[in-house]
Amino acid sequence: MTVDVKNFRRYVIELSKKNKRADGRALLDYRKPIKIEYGISKNAEGSASVTIGKTNVVCGVKMEIGTPYPDRPDEGTMIVSGEFAAIASPNFEPGAPKENAIELARIVDRGIRESGAIDVKKLCITEGEKAWIVFIDIYIQNHDGNLIDAAALAAIAALSNAKFPKINENGTVDYHEHTEPLPIVQKPIACTINKIDGKLFVDSTADEEQVFDGRLTVTSNEEGIINAMQKGGREGFTEEELNKSVEIALEKAKELRKYL
Amino acid sequence: MSERPDGRKFDEMRDIEAKVGVIKKANGSAMFRIGKTIAIAGVYGPKEVHPKHMEDPEKAIMKCYYNMYSFSVPERKRPGPDRRSIEIGMVMKNALLPVVNLKEYPRTAIEVFVNIIQADAGTRCAAISAASMALADAGISMKDMVSSVAVGHVNNEVVVDLNKEEEDVEGTTDMPMAYAPRMNKITLLQLDGKISKEKLKKAISLGMKSCKKVYEIQKKALKEKYSNNGE
Repeated sequence: MTVDVKNFRRYVIELSKKNKRADGRALLDYRKPIKIEYGISKNAEGSASVTIGKTNVVCGVKMEIGTPYPDRPDEGTMIVSGEFAAIASPNFEPGAPKENAIELARIVDRGIRESGAIDVKKLCITEGEKAWIVFIDIYIQNHDGNLIDAAALAAIAALSNAKFPKINENGTVDYHEHTEPLPIVQKPIACTINKIDGKLFVDSTADEEQVFDGRLTVTSNEEGIINAMQKGGREGFTEEELNKSVEIALEKAKELRKYL
Repeated sequence: MSERPDGRKFDEMRDIEAKVGVIKKANGSAMFRIGKTIAIAGVYGPKEVHPKHMEDPEKAIMKCYYNMYSFSVPERKRPGPDRRSIEIGMVMKNALLPVVNLKEYPRTAIEVFVNIIQADAGTRCAAISAASMALADAGISMKDMVSSVAVGHVNNEVVVDLNKEEEDVEGTTDMPMAYAPRMNKITLLQLDGKISKEKLKKAISLGMKSCKKVYEIQKKALKEKYSNNGE
């Protein structure tokens, strides 16, 4: 840690005792406004851009026809990938996704998969032969913290915006025409709690993330059922901190859901 | 009341075998077997940092690698790192970091390699338990050991240490956990599935309780090596 970062950490801890943060928010406040914009890229089957404070994440859904897995002949599949575009931060470099981007994609993937967000049976075209593969591609465009929550929100927004491309009579795909909306039956929401010196925060900025000790992401569905969790960061959580984080995440998810 | 497929009680782990010093070339090493899952960990370091610019003047850097052998699973896994193994390497590192006194080894690297020779669910937990023992065996200064086991929710019951059959049951929730008992900190927690807040609480406390049992086994294995004057 540089001296600047150490001082900032001290500052964040001091402020947190008064339930305040460097940008004036309370510990459990999201930045405002949170914006979701749909259909940001015409060639995608569905797309969305999510802005939380200065953080901006875009997600596009593309679909291809593939072969179903032998053990699930009547289902299509989905694949989430994430890229920290070099445009988003002076600390990102171009090239293949690094471990942070892989982790982000896998957290979003688990939320969508485990909540059963997509009715994958409806992605099947011919049992055992043809089914849709849904590619959910996430790009971080501006990194000012809380990327996981923004990415998860962008992914479910893009899915809700997606329509099937048309299949021609000869079996080829016409990406210029789209038919029905994708069968989205659940909308998982991720909420990430950060911890510093025993205090819990939501929606951290990039500066705050530099000085935090630990992180916990909880993805839940509309009924408040938990579908995915991931602890990150270098510090552990006590049982009490964990249970409290889960409570907060479930509450905050309700708030985030309203923006969809 | 439905039983578990292999007849275990809900709070019963599979049988565990732990041993240190299994790889002579490494500075520290360990084998951890739980049921049919076998993990081998090797630790190298503190050693020089490559590339040099990665050096931290205040502390050691730690690198963790999780590697599944191609033949460790029924259907051959393509050799080499994939997204899953990269993520597991990362969460393993986060699980171990809180206990390692990195500040005692500035400008060095500590490398942890864990290989899975046989997989039957719970491989990342076995990997962490093995890695923690290997770090201790390497004589790396530590505040605590990390003990790890998965808990979950199968057929409407909260259970510990799911095997592959249970993991594959429709609707199962799997939650790998790692815990440092003396520090009383949960250092790894992942979850996928469908679980209510109430059941989750129950699962977390069962996980902590079970990790404490793993901890005793790890300690015993370490003591065995050094009390037998073995090398």
